[in-house]
Parts: sequence; structure tokens; C-alpha cells
Amino acid sequence: MTKEYEIVIGLEVHVELATKTKIFCGCSTAFGGAPNTHTCPVCTGMPGTLPVLNRQVVEYAIAVGLATNCSITQYCKFDRKNYFYPDNPQNYQISQLYLPVCRNGYVEIETAEDNMTKECSNGLYGVQEGERNRKRIGIHEIHMEEDAGKLIHDETEGSSLVDYNRSGVPLIEIVSEPDMRSADEVIAYLEKLRTTIQYLGASDCKLQEGSMRADVNISVREKGAAGLGTRTEMKNLNSFHAIRHAIEGESARQIGLIESGEKIVQETRRWDEQKGMSYTMRSKEDAQDYRYFPDPDLVPVHISEEWIGQIRAKQPELREAKMARYKETFGIPDYDIRIITDSKHMADLFETTVALGAQPKKVSNWLMGEALRILKEREEDAEAIRFSPAHLATLIALVDQKAITTTVAKEIFEVMFTEDIDPSVYAEEKGLKTVHDESALRRTVEQVIADNPQSVADYRGGKEKAIGYLVGQTMKAMKGKADPESVKRLLVELL
Amino acid sequence: MKVIDDAVIENVSILAKLELSEDEKVQAKLDMEKMLEYIDQLDELDTEGIEPVIHIFPMENVFREDVVTNGDMREMILANAPEEKSGMFVVPQTFA
Amino acid sequence: MKILDHTAVELSERIRQGEIKVAEALEAVFAQIDAREKELHCYVTLMRENAWEQADLIQAGIDAGNLTGPLAGVPVAVKDNMCTEGIRTTCSSKILEHFVPGYSATAVEKLRAAGAVIIGKTNMDEFAMGSTTETSYFGVTKNPHHTGYVPGGSSGGSAAAVAAKECFAALGSDTGGSVRQPASHCGVVGMKPTYGTVSRYGLIAYGSSLDQIGPLAKDVRDCATILEILAGRDDKDSTSVDREQMIPGKDGVKSGEALCAGNDFTKALQEDVQGMRIGIPRDYLKDGLDPEVRTAVLTAAEVLGQKGAFVEEFDLGLVKYAIPAYYTIASAEASSNLERFDGIKYGYRAAEAGDLHAMYKKTRAQGFGVEVKRRILLGSFVLSSGYYDAYYLKALRVKALIKKVFDEAFAKYDVILGPVAPTTAPKLGESLSDPLKMYLSDIYTISANLTGMPGISVPCGEDKAGLPIGLQLIGDCFQEKKILRAAYTYEQAIKADAGSQNGRG
Repeated sequence: MTKEYEIVIGLEVHVELATKTKIFCGCSTAFGGAPNTHTCPVCTGMPGTLPVLNRQVVEYAIAVGLATNCSITQYCKFDRKNYFYPDNPQNYQISQLYLPVCRNGYVEIETAEDNMTKECSNGLYGVQEGERNRKRIGIHEIHMEEDAGKLIHDETEGSSLVDYNRSGVPLIEIVSEPDMRSADEVIAYLEKLRTTIQYLGASDCKLQEGSMRADVNISVREKGAAGLGTRTEMKNLNSFHAIRHAIEGESARQIGLIESGEKIVQETRRWDEQKGMSYTMRSKEDAQDYRYFPDPDLVPVHISEEWIGQIRAKQPELREAKMARYKETFGIPDYDIRIITDSKHMADLFETTVALGAQPKKVSNWLMGEALRILKEREEDAEAIRFSPAHLATLIALVDQKAITTTVAKEIFEVMFTEDIDPSVYAEEKGLKTVHDESALRRTVEQVIADNPQSVADYRGGKEKAIGYLVGQTMKAMKGKADPESVKRLLVELL
Repeated sequence: MKVIDDAVIENVSILAKLELSEDEKVQAKLDMEKMLEYIDQLDELDTEGIEPVIHIFPMENVFREDVVTNGDMREMILANAPEEKSGMFVVPQTFA
Repeated sequence: MKILDHTAVELSERIRQGEIKVAEALEAVFAQIDAREKELHCYVTLMRENAWEQADLIQAGIDAGNLTGPLAGVPVAVKDNMCTEGIRTTCSSKILEHFVPGYSATAVEKLRAAGAVIIGKTNMDEFAMGSTTETSYFGVTKNPHHTGYVPGGSSGGSAAAVAAKECFAALGSDTGGSVRQPASHCGVVGMKPTYGTVSRYGLIAYGSSLDQIGPLAKDVRDCATILEILAGRDDKDSTSVDREQMIPGKDGVKSGEALCAGNDFTKALQEDVQGMRIGIPRDYLKDGLDPEVRTAVLTAAEVLGQKGAFVEEFDLGLVKYAIPAYYTIASAEASSNLERFDGIKYGYRAAEAGDLHAMYKKTRAQGFGVEVKRRILLGSFVLSSGYYDAYYLKALRVKALIKKVFDEAFAKYDVILGPVAPTTAPKLGESLSDPLKMYLSDIYTISANLTGMPGISVPCGEDKAGLPIGLQLIGDCFQEKKILRAAYTYEQAIKADAGSQNGRG
């Protein structure tokens, strides 16, 4: 009989902060400049240069710490992590080992399984609420550090090229406790972090662009075992897909090793999403001894209660609070609330549109229906929405006033989504407004009756449904610009 | 007497990225043993409960504001590069 | 009076009064360089053309009344570990042999803004690691007083250039005595200010928590004048301090010390040590101290006593632990600071080295000299897993103890007086064979770096061979003005004495 195993997962999540400048110099953090055009002597490790800390980095780190229930370290310091690699111009990375800025926090995730009996490492139990299970994932620490440059492989020459534009972009690394037990939990945790950080405005958290990156620490143990197994660290995971596959692949590899009586080596492995396999990254020349020591070029950061208070006061409303408020204020279904608040951008759009006078449920319907449909088609996320709330409000008002039909509104929405046109102006220019001229409508209806004797006969013979076909034909003849209610009324009258 | 074995010298030379010839390894071993023996004098001092001091004065909270001050300095940054291509530094192939 | 015999302050005054042209001063200095440089080798790089261009601009600035400062028009030299835009900066290392920075050290920019003419980059021990300037990749510098001897180090080129009148003043850097000791060996005045007084931006780091830039000059007035120009908080160096804004009782300044505030060091140039309390650590006079040096230093102490200072010997304690603590900390920091020299962004790269790691290892093995490698290996070891606590943290704890010992001493004394080095300059070629012995010669200077305190070296005589001896005055942190006052008083007393002797003879 095969044994039952449990997967134990902890995450190290790197998030690029949304500062204008790098962590230790005045270079721009803008994404996508020509190679090495966002660099200076400091972020390329030129001799004699010195780092000076960007205040905003500390503020964002504290904001994330507060939002994830961490305690803020009153005196935090920076340490040097020494290792040679070409993407790291000083051959040490300025990071925080001994006194990270935030410690001992947690976030709550919703899971499919029953977690009532599962203990998380900070001694807290999962709590059940409604139909969903909530589980706390412990956050061990959050530290500030600098990002590395980018290596581009030059296949033709058998060499690599280094671009330091990203070198020195500020990162926070969020280190979780080994509290996750499945790929689902990992993804729920990442989504939770992403939403929280996006709400704070501290990062755009794009996995594909690398502004959010996760290293996954995995070990397996026999179900019920107390201790932890030997873990491996998986790197190079740049999508939720890859994370899920890597967890499945690596846990299977580890279980295979245990079953065949082999030892698991504690090491860093690189996930190859295409091959669906992981590879060891160790080599004789990569001694894993970072010789951390306090960076003498930087002075400690003293975070006073007053400073924390100021940041706390500026914290925006986070998702949970927003969801509760929506439930109370807008009377839209929980499902809608969940979807709309998943993205702060979408939520902001929703609220502004409502504030402009649109009925909440109608706004929600447009966002949940047409907007999501188009996003899905284009494989974009909610952040990609560019139309203005005023235009959405106008569109809803036009429908309310029966100035346009729903069919026409959907057409206009699609254009508005892409080009952010003013629906009112657009409908006018394109002649899309509903025809309210009774005599014109009457003429069309008469024509439809004359052209469709069979349907007319059916209706008169008692087949009430036949009128639907006649309404459709009339709408078609009117190019959608008629009010279907009026059409129906006229048809009944004339028949 | 501190005994520094070959493995320590090998490891340190990997950490420090210094290629050492056999003679240099022997010399490095001797030098380090001598120096560490000398440094071991510090063990005569009781430092129990003493906080390690990095900065001699109580300096804290030195920041810059989040304002872009640097323009494109690529030319200057690349001016000393031993090898350059397409505005980037060329290095032997890294792990692919 | 010949141009070369002026101090920097005197020369600038005459230039600003129109009595001497900047070009004439420059000509005089380059003539002296032509005469002596071949033998002494003070410079790694001479900036002849560049200096002439600067001279024209500076002369114009002076003529227009824009440059009125006390260094305007004065030819000065800069140690080759300070970055100079467009001028190669080598740290006397093969690994930086062709490195031309696109930026300047803040200290260099301040000198330029003050109207000084920078004429060259001086030789030094490679990456400032050494006490003799013999570890330079570009060859040794010789002591101008006796060319069979070293000039001291690591700022040996700067000290020798000032002593040989190949410049009027120079910048050095002091991590464990590297300004004060060569100043002592070459018979000039050299000063290490309190840590944080001069920006380190653009100074190629050796031991970041210990490095300070300081002046080497012909006399105490020049020294104070240059320091006044260099000092000041710099936004580019997080560890630089704003002395104008310091509050006694906070910021590392003891309460009741009003003198510390401000960078107006020349105000301290007063012949007045009346009531000044001067302590001489008994441990500084014990075994290992050359008797001739001992006599010269104690005689100097007597002079200050005669001028009204209260001088006594006392037990400082922990003296012998400063060197092992220092070499642990300095090597650890150096091992990390020098990691950036990897053959990728600038500097030497080994040819045909093979893969990435082979390239790193060959580049660094070929690019660094023996002493630098020795310290990198030691530093990497003391930071490595399993040894960090026992060595690195232990040294930082001992540093705290040493700081305490000095705090206690400064509760009793205004100034600590002692020798700069145990002997006068060693003979060329004598020191490098036994590195530990060379390290031991730093015993009197190192504590000031570990504790951040300012120290000054002032000439106080010569030995039988005609080699200069230096007197060291150490002050508490931010008490530069006290040591400058004591140094100035001593210097004036000696000058007056020499004058009266000349008068008699």
C-alpha cells in the first residue's frame, strides 16, 4: 500500500515597488528603456559610489507590512549579501537579513478544503465563515532589497549581455511561513498578496513582467508527521500556471525519491515550464555562503510610532473593507462584489460611475458582463480597462432614457472600451439613437405585417409566440434603433 | 594554533573568486594561520553582553526623496567596459 | 622668497593679490616635478595639460573676483583612490590601470570649487592596503628626505609630493593611519578628521566604516584651511554628518562641548593651550617604540607643557587589541568592497579566461596584488559561515570596548598625545616580507579609525639618519579644533625656537 503524503509549501515573493526612482539612486524605474539608459554610477557599482536610501521604499514596505498584519521593526538595518553574478554589479546585493522592516504577520485566504483542524505555524487555526473556509498564512518577514539587472543570452556569440536598467529597482521580499499545503492555497495566497499590494498602490504586481515573482519552497512529508522534510527552492516561476505545475512536478519528484529510498538534497532548482521539469542550479563554483554583514555605507532606519501612525492614516481602504461597504451601500450580489473588488482599478471605476448617478446594479452588470467578456477575449486583466467612468455613466443613462436600445448600447460599449468615446456623441454621429417617431415606426410595422403573412396567420390562430418573430423582424428593419416595447405594442394594436 | 586546512583555503578562494596556484595556496594558508592566531588575542577579552558597534555615532534615517535626478548616462556607464555590444556589457555565457 | 617655499595659504594670498600668477606657481611646481619626480615617483598620473587649462580658468576667476577663497590658484595633488572625472583613477592597482571615471569625488569637486589646481594623482599602496606605498602596482615612492627609505603609506605619494615641494598640498585617505603615518615619515602635517566630516563619495572604498579623506600639508594652517574646504554634509554619502547642525548631548557629541559645532576649523589656529589637559598613554611609550621617537615625542609634550597645558601620562588600556580588531573589520569590509572589480563593467579583464567563474577568478588573481589578495582572503574567511560570530562580530564588540576606553580618557583629557609610528620610515624593501610586523606598526594610529576620532600628525624632529619624526594628537569625536589648537601652538613654538636659534647662529 502506498503512503499518503502531504506537501508543505512556503513562499518567497519578490515585489517591485511602484517608486519613481531606484532604491539607492535617482535613476528612473520606468520599464522598457533601451539597455543601460536608466543607469548611473551608483546602480552599476562604479568604484567610490555610495547608496542613499529612497524614503518612499520604506513607506511602501511599512504600508504592506501594516496591511499584512506585521509588526514593524523599530530599528531596521541593511546588510550586504555577497555573491558573484553579472546581473549584480557590486557582486553584493543590499538586502536585510538581521533586522528586516516587518515581521510576524499573516494574511487570510479562502480555501476549498476544510481547514478547521489545520494549524498554521503561528498557532492560529483556520476559521470557518459561511460556506468558505478561511485560513491564515503566516508571514515570517518582509525585507527591502535591490533588484538585479537583466541578462540577455547572445546565442550567436556564446556570451551573455548585461543590462542594468533594472539594477537597483526597489523590491520587497515577503517570506511566508511554510503554511500552505496545495497549489490552490499557494495561488490563493498570491492573489491575496497581489490584490492587497495593488490596493495599496505599492506595486502593479505583474507576474509576466516580473514585478511580482515567487520562489517556492517545497517539502513533502508523510501525512501526520510532525517534522518537516528536506525542502528545495524552485525559481523561475512567472505565471500561476508555472507555479501550479512546479508544485505538482516537484512534489512528485520528491515523493519519488523518498519511495525509492533516495535522499532529497536541499538546493535551489530551476523550473523549466516548457519541459515540465526542474533542474539543479548548484555548481562547485556557486558556494552558498553569502557572508551577510551590515552595510557600513547605510545608516539604520528608525521607524517611530509617529511615522507608522502617519502611514496607517494614509492607508487606503483594502479589499475586505471595501467588500463590506459595497454590501451595505450598493445592494449588489456578493458574487458581483467579489469580482468587482478583485481589482482596485475595477472597483474605483465602479464607484465613480455610481457616484455619477448610475444605478449600482446596472454598473455592475456592464462590468461583469461586457467588460469581462472583452477582457477575456483579449486576454487582458482589469487593469487594462481605459474607458472613463463618465462615459459608462452616460451609456447607462442613454439606455435608461430609452435613447438607445440595449443592443445598440452593447455595440457602443465595445467601441468605448477600445477608444473611450463619448457614447452620446457617438450615437448621435452614427445615427444610432432610437426612433421615437410613431408614424415612421407604424409604417415599418405595417410593412412587416404585409411581408410575413404566415406569422400573422399563426398569431391570429392563437400562437402568441409568433409575435416575437415579428418584433425581431421589425427591429431588424429599424436597424435596432426602435424601442422593442413600442414595437410590440404597435404590432398587437395593428393585428 | 589555528589550523587552516586545504578545504578552507579552497572554499575561501571560491567565495572571493581568486584563482590561487599551489604555491599561493600554501602561502595563503600560512598567512591566514598566522593572522588568525594573532586575531585570537581578542578572545582574551570578555565581550559578553556587549553590542557589536557598526556605526560609531548614532546616525539614522538618512533618505533621498523619490525624485528622478538622473538622465541617460549610458555612454559614461559603458565607457570603461572591457567588452560592449548593443549598449550592454558582454560576459561569458551565464547559465542558460 | 621662492614660490615653492610658500605654504598653500601664503601662495594663494599672493596670487589673489596679483603678485604671483597661477601659471607661475604651476611652472614652478612642474619644474620641481621635472627635477625630482624621476627619482621619487610621487605620482601615478600627472595632469600637465589639464592643469594648464584649469590654471587659465582659475586665473580668470581670480582676476574677475569670483575666486576669493584661501586655496585659489594653488597647485594640489590628489591620492589616486579618489575619482577624478576624465582623469584615470587607478588605486595603484593593475585592475584599474586604465579606469577613467565619468564622475568626481565630492572632495575633489570641493577642491576645484575652491579654485585649487589639481596637478596629478599620487601613488599609494594598492587600494590603500599597506603602510609603505610599496604595494603599488606602479612601483614604489621614495622618501624625499632619504631615497633609501619608504615614504610611509598608504598615502605615501601625497606625503612625499608635499615634502618634495612637488605640490603645495595634497589629499590622502586614512583607514588605519594612512594620512598621519606617511605625513610623519615625510615630515609634513597630515590630518584624519572625525568619521563623517568629509564625504566619502568617489573615494574608492577600502574599509567603509573606517575610511576618511584628510589633508597633507606644509603646516597646521594649511591643514585646517583645506579641511574647512572639504568638510560638510553630502547628500551622496549617507554617513557624512552635518556638523553645523549637531546638538551636544546627541548625535555622538558629548554634552557641554560647544566647540565642536561648525566647520570653521581655521578659527582654532590660536597659540593657546592654557589649561588644556593632555594625556599621554603609557602603553604608547612602551616596548617597540624607538628611543629616538620616544624622546622627540616627550620633548614635544614638554613644549606644550611650557605653553600652559597640563600634561600627564596615564593608562589607556586595551591598546594591543586595536590591531587585531582593526584588521578583522577592515579586511571583512574590503573583501566585500572589492567584489565589484570583476572584469565586467570596467578595469582589467583576463584574456581568454573561459567560462564566467574562470574569468572572475583569473581576472582578480591577475588584477590584484599580493597584499590585496591576502586581505580579501582573510576578510572572506572572517565573514564566512561558522566564523562570522567568532571573528567579525567579536571584533565589532571589541571596537565597542575600545571606544569606551577612549570615552573614559576623554572625560579626563582634551587631547591624547603620542607618537604616530613606532619608528621613523623603514628602509625600502624591509617591510613586505613580514606582513604581520608591518601591521603592528599601525598601533598608534588605528584606534582613531576604529572609534571615529580625529587625529593629526605634526613634525617633531628627526632621527640620526635625518628622517622625520611625527607627533600625534588625537581628539574626541568632533573635537578637531582642540587638536588643531594644540598642533598650531606647538608648531609656532618650534618655529619661534628655530628662529631664535638661527638668530643666535
